[in-house]
Amino acid sequence: MSSPPLIDRDDYCSWGRVVRRRQRVVRPHFFSELPGLVGLPSSKLAIGRRRSYGDSCLNSDGSLIDMCGLDRFISFDAKKGVLRAEAGVVLSDILHLTVPSGWFLPTTPGTRFVTLGGAVANDVHGKNHHSAGSIGRHVRAIGLLRSDRGRLTVTPASEVALYSATIGGLGLTGVIEWVELDLARIAAAHVDVECLPFENLEEFWALSAESVGNFEHTVAWIDCVSKGSKIGRGIFTRGNWSTTGSLIPHKDETWKTVPIEAPSSLLNTRSIGAFNEVYYHLQKRKRKSRLHYAPFFYPLDSVLHWNRLYGRSGMLQYQCVIPKGEARRAIPHMLSEITRSGGASFLAVLKTFGALASPGLLSFPREGATLAIDFPNRGRDTLEALARLDQIVQEFHGALYPAKDGRMPARLFRQSFPGWEEFSKATDPAMSSDFWRRVAS
Amino acid sequence: MTVRARNIIVLGATSAIAEATARIWAAAGANFVLVGRDPARLQAIAQDLSVRGAKSTSIVSIDCVRANARDELQKMVKTLGRLDLLLLAYGALGDKEILEQDQKAIERLVATNFTSSIAWSLAASRILEQQRSGTLIVLGSVAGDRGRQSNFVYGATKAGLACLVEGIAHKLAPTGARAVVVKPGLVDTPMTEAFQKKGFLWSRPEDVARIIARSAERGGPIVYAPSFWGWIMLIIRLAPTWIFNRLRI
Repeated sequence: MSSPPLIDRDDYCSWGRVVRRRQRVVRPHFFSELPGLVGLPSSKLAIGRRRSYGDSCLNSDGSLIDMCGLDRFISFDAKKGVLRAEAGVVLSDILHLTVPSGWFLPTTPGTRFVTLGGAVANDVHGKNHHSAGSIGRHVRAIGLLRSDRGRLTVTPASEVALYSATIGGLGLTGVIEWVELDLARIAAAHVDVECLPFENLEEFWALSAESVGNFEHTVAWIDCVSKGSKIGRGIFTRGNWSTTGSLIPHKDETWKTVPIEAPSSLLNTRSIGAFNEVYYHLQKRKRKSRLHYAPFFYPLDSVLHWNRLYGRSGMLQYQCVIPKGEARRAIPHMLSEITRSGGASFLAVLKTFGALASPGLLSFPREGATLAIDFPNRGRDTLEALARLDQIVQEFHGALYPAKDGRMPARLFRQSFPGWEEFSKATDPAMSSDFWRRVAS
Repeated sequence: MTVRARNIIVLGATSAIAEATARIWAAAGANFVLVGRDPARLQAIAQDLSVRGAKSTSIVSIDCVRANARDELQKMVKTLGRLDLLLLAYGALGDKEILEQDQKAIERLVATNFTSSIAWSLAASRILEQQRSGTLIVLGSVAGDRGRQSNFVYGATKAGLACLVEGIAHKLAPTGARAVVVKPGLVDTPMTEAFQKKGFLWSRPEDVARIIARSAERGGPIVYAPSFWGWIMLIIRLAPTWIFNRLRI
């Protein structure tokens, strides 16, 4: 059997659609094809559905191994809730399989269209971080293919260093071939949700402190366009899994899609301001409800390709975490900087992270508060505004999320991920990415 | 669409379209015999189908092009007990340039896409005729609808295959058994990996799989996948020669 060909493609961008460089892509479908690909002369990077925003899933100087064709389940123990699957399986398909028997992902990011391998390589977190930690805490074993050591089974007991490098390791420690994961018990496919409006950040901190003990899932949306006395207002959402009800998984509706790129001027301060005003007042009225998990965890997934709304020039996402002691001082600074720059979007999310440690050397979640905001890409203005936010992050000893990043300076990366040197010793010599060359060399 | 649980043989089970279709049948609790050349690949697919709900899976690693279709098929049907569905999904595209020069390459392509497929289809139709039930589904191609400069050797094998399956469907009609040739258009699979895949004409294997699964329930003997290819090929077939000969397709 011959190995699949390397094809030059110009349609491989990351979710932010800012980087538009040609990529050389190979798409294997079976494990037997992988060893030959890892041995290719140029640098490689295994990738999934490319939901990372910046350049951590691109490798312009080398080649990309697109793992989406490796999307098979290997085993599922419906009694113990243990799943083993190939790295290219999408979270959405996992839920189709496991929800009917009462199992859910231990934690989930805001989109179900990421691969299992990608979720582990970015050590993703969700609304339940304070109760479950990042997904890496629930990984039992990883099948890893190294260019220098061949096929390995990596567990916290068998390969201590490689395990903590591979979780959150952005695919740089080898090709993640499969993952074995502990799932979480659910009694129903629904979440009992409360939405609480808040007028300022002080109210947010109070709501957050009051909720983390009693609610498994918490998150807040912030209106970061409003100014003056309304600065820091938003909607706090908290929820717990329903204890009774049906176990019917979501439907994949594919008819709602953004078919083409919007004009770049569509999302401007005025249109986003109007949206935020309406959204705030609509949400304000909803107090308690029972929601299926799909609209609760994945509100944006119902519109495919929503990133095209940002037009040809794309968008930059800025997600940072500020350690617990500093967050109350740092977040107001950041919000006023963002409002002042006038470049923000309707997607601004604030959440507190709990104390459960993330297992990866490059894991992003740590105890404190995380703020995530989309910025339409307006070139230099946007980059300057984000550089000012970098200053605040650096001053308060925070960190940026590599999965969302496409521009942080190497200096900030090294300061906020002190394990990076130890990590770089565990990387696979054959692996690299645009992100890694930018921050580590 | 409701899919019934069935006893199914998949020839060429490692092909992307066949695998996507088998997943639909697996979720309905089918029993499978998966046939292909590479045992490790078949094993990976069998495992996946079991997790997805297949009641049983067994793998047969043989080369369908060389095997004795009649004998092998009898053994497979014995494993299953009875045959409700046979999906013939193996095939090769070949390289156009080589095919126009090299007779060995032509013989290989014809043996793969045509000669051996006839043997398997006839062997299956005999069993279905005796049972007076069940369906034979053969993967054809829109390339078989009119000879075009871009791939007419491949197209000729698929045209022959379509004619054969139509004939089998005709013969089976009074018995209650069925035969269907499903003709996909452009599908994003390893077979077409080297093509630039831009535009709305490209489908995913899952899209074609849904149509194959539906054609196992009803319809035929000719099914286009997706259905808009029926209209496209109608226009291409009806285009007068003086226009057709100017098209670079």
